[in-house]
Amino acid sequence: MKDSKSHSINVSSSTQHLQEVRSFVQTYVSHCDVNKDEIAEIILAVDEAYTNIIKHAYKNEPNHTIEIELGTSSGSFWIQLSDTGHHFNADKYQPPNLLKRIKNKERGGMGVYLINKLMDSVEYSSTGKTNTILMRKRI
Amino acid sequence: MMKSFTITKRQEEHITILEINGELDAHTAFKLEQQFKNLIEIEAYHIIVNCSNLQYIASAGLGVFMAYIEDIRNLGGDIKLSDMTGDVYHVFDLLGFPSLYDIHKNESEALSSYKNQK
Repeated sequence: MKDSKSHSINVSSSTQHLQEVRSFVQTYVSHCDVNKDEIAEIILAVDEAYTNIIKHAYKNEPNHTIEIELGTSSGSFWIQLSDTGHHFNADKYQPPNLLKRIKNKERGGMGVYLINKLMDSVEYSSTGKTNTILMRKRI
Repeated sequence: MMKSFTITKRQEEHITILEINGELDAHTAFKLEQQFKNLIEIEAYHIIVNCSNLQYIASAGLGVFMAYIEDIRNLGGDIKLSDMTGDVYHVFDLLGFPSLYDIHKNESEALSSYKNQK
């Protein structure tokens, strides 16, 4: 599924590390055969996934660890984020209605929608205490 | 190096122009939120957000626009957006913002649209 050559970092669950996470992705994705628009989309998808883990899996508690691993395999760039917080039930997810959210002054709920739009495949899984989101984009 | 997010405020008659610079994400979105709250407090409801130096936006940034547009429109004003780069516009577009927000090519077009409303 994945090539042996992958890169990973462990980052604390705080939005203050968002810039560092984006830089990490940028560094590696820039070496792949990916155009500028696709690089921006991959970075945004990782930002959204990382932010969702902080907010929903770890309920904004800053002292947990999120592992981010990325690489390429058979024509795809893949990124996996792992956490040990609350599990996300993708089956119950419903795409947001923007107009309704604006009327109700709601925010949030847009991250998963964006990830699905930006990436070619998104898989969620849980094994023991570890939850993972694996995103792929064809390159 | 940590890129920052800053806001510069200008006034053009009754219209407040916010130039937003840098990266708007879950860590920096509170700064824009605070600015909208301040503008509502001082009853400055006619707002243009000039995005020419906005290098990046994530959904947390879009969430701030979503949270305040209804209140500001109900108060007789608007949040108009201008000067977006292609990358930033792409994110707004993916979420369907162009049909619900007044987005202009440049600041002078946004200013004219306020002045034509008078």
